[in-house]
Amino acid sequence: MSAIKVALAGNPNTGKSTLFNTLTGLKQHTGNWPGKTVIRAEGSFEHKGEEYVLVDLPGTYSLFSNSADEEVARDYIVFEQPDATIVVLDATSLERNLNLAFQVLEMTDRVIVCINLIDEADKKGIVIDEKKLAAKLGVPVVKMSARNKIGIDLLLNTLDHLVKEKINPSPYRMTYSEEIERKISQIEAQITGLFGAELPSRWIALRLLDGDDALVAKLKEYIDKKKDGVTANELPISANS
Amino acid sequence: MPVSKKIVPLSECQPGDCFLLRELKVEGVMRRRLLDLGFVAGAEILVLQKSPLGDPVAFRVSHTTIALREEESSLIFGEIIRRGPA
Ligand SMILES: Nc1nc2c(ncn2[C@@H]2O[C@H](COP(=O)(O)OP(=O)(O)OP(=O)(O)O)[C@@H](O)[C@H]2O)c(=O)[nH]1
Ligand SMILES: [Mg+2]
Repeated sequence: MSAIKVALAGNPNTGKSTLFNTLTGLKQHTGNWPGKTVIRAEGSFEHKGEEYVLVDLPGTYSLFSNSADEEVARDYIVFEQPDATIVVLDATSLERNLNLAFQVLEMTDRVIVCINLIDEADKKGIVIDEKKLAAKLGVPVVKMSARNKIGIDLLLNTLDHLVKEKINPSPYRMTYSEEIERKISQIEAQITGLFGAELPSRWIALRLLDGDDALVAKLKEYIDKKKDGVTANELPISANS
Repeated sequence: MPVSKKIVPLSECQPGDCFLLRELKVEGVMRRRLLDLGFVAGAEILVLQKSPLGDPVAFRVSHTTIALREEESSLIFGEIIRRGPA
């Protein structure tokens, strides 16, 4: 069986690399993303008999592809389709951090929200009700302090449950105006016709309505690659699945 | 008693003023960028300080300090809800 792919996303300075280092230890290597000067860090670890590959995405405030960092992070989540995406949030600045979390929730169902720097929040007297947040967001929420190695076990077990489908998140999706929702359904039907359930159709519909020309080019590339018989994530089809 | 609230651009605020954002008239990528940074309707913005030449100006929004040029701040509209110490 091939390794389980997990991405780390989040705003800058929220502790993604600290968590990445804690989980992967020395089993990591860095390089650049193809065609970009953005650093790509990848590492591996094992948990409950499963092999995981972890990718540390660049920290961004948004995933609308306004910069190379944002483009790298977005393309990874949308086209490489990790088995899970951990969104790392700064517990002391949730309002700002949730902007990116909501964007990820529009791209994929397989999300764990990880509230890091909980030690800093404690110091400031900030109390976070993670159960309430999980209920509202529709995905698991784990509080942790990556630097103090608090909450790592809970995160790993939550990851295990998610990839083994013991939990099936149903992320909160923003409802837009009637007019926009009608257009989304129209476009979504055509996208599903092209890509089936492979790519996040609602998210693509929203991007197209927003006039994201760069994404149109990306989608064309994706179709061409598939024609050449190369699947986006290059996973071999398992014979005994 | 309806109090008429004067809508002004953020660029007219002075350091110390607290501003309630009502409308963003910036377009395109910059609009997206400002929204991502927390310049959304309903946000409270504290004017921190001007740079030596008066532009850009530093603002506090959603626990972060962000500097904007007048070409952006003049297109951000709202009310001054508290005047800073003059
Ligand atoms: N107090 C505290 N500090 C932390 C914690 N996790 C990380 N830090 C610190 O926060 C700072 C930023 O951590 P990084 O891991 O580099 O953050 P990052 O998300 O990878 O940042 P970018 O790569 O710039 O997006 C470092 O100084 C860490 O030591 C935590 O749980 N508690
Ligand atoms: Mg980092």
